[in-house]
Amino acid sequence: MKILKILIILFLSIGFSHLKSDEKNNELKSKILKNIRCLICQGQSVYDSESEFASTIKLIVDRKINEGLQEDQIYKFLREKYGQWVIYDPQLNKKTYILWLLPLLLFLFGGVIMIKKLKFKN
Amino acid sequence: MKNKFSSFIIIILLSFCFVIFYKSLNNTNIYIPKIKAKKNIPIFEAKDFNSSTYLNSESIFKEDTFYIVNIWASWCVPCRTEHPLLMRLSKNQSVKLIGLNYKDNLNNAKKFIREFGDPYSQIIIDNDGTLSVEFGAYGVPETFLIDKNKKIIRKFIGPINNKIVEEIRSIVK
Repeated sequence: MKILKILIILFLSIGFSHLKSDEKNNELKSKILKNIRCLICQGQSVYDSESEFASTIKLIVDRKINEGLQEDQIYKFLREKYGQWVIYDPQLNKKTYILWLLPLLLFLFGGVIMIKKLKFKN
Repeated sequence: MKNKFSSFIIIILLSFCFVIFYKSLNNTNIYIPKIKAKKNIPIFEAKDFNSSTYLNSESIFKEDTFYIVNIWASWCVPCRTEHPLLMRLSKNQSVKLIGLNYKDNLNNAKKFIREFGDPYSQIIIDNDGTLSVEFGAYGVPETFLIDKNKKIIRKFIGPINNKIVEEIRSIVK
């Protein structure tokens, strides 16, 4: 009887851990797909698109996750195939530094103007 | 003086925004990647169209030969448009054509080849489209030119035309 109980507990715990890992994989898959641009669609992510391209990329991402690849490794694979454009969240490099730094510079510039105006008023 | 400086900055910023938006409006919405660096062909295993045996990339692509990989499907209308040009290219001895049958019904694909001719020295099957992704394709038809060192040197999105055929000929001669 004791052995039976132990076996049931083991069976249940294995089942739950599988469910948990599936849930985790699905979350990761959704996160990645939302960050991949559907290259043949008009402003849609792969997650939102039902196009042939998107369905293939969904399959690829699913396969890569099951192979044990990490999020960054999947992005790297897609970048190698389609370039930086395929990822919505671009990396900071010499091609994208204006994209990353311009808002910050504009923010600082605006801040300086505001401070100067406030000082002038006082 | 300060007002003039502020106006000048605002005009510069507005002009900058205008130029960016004006240039972007004139750009096409369809993303066409540029191949700058030569990329290696992917390593893969795929089913042969005629024999249904599995082939690997090593056995398909040999060194010292130019290859054209053409992604096609029987359901793809532009593939019919480009097919006569592929037939013409297949007569060129300096290049071998490899067909990649994309998400297709095998019977329909065989009917297509019987009807329009077979320009390919080998056809491999890509049932789920994942092999095309390995090549960096995102649609059909798409054509890749592979050099003698097994590197992808050109990528043509959409059906090929006379200009592209001439470009390929000038490279492989």
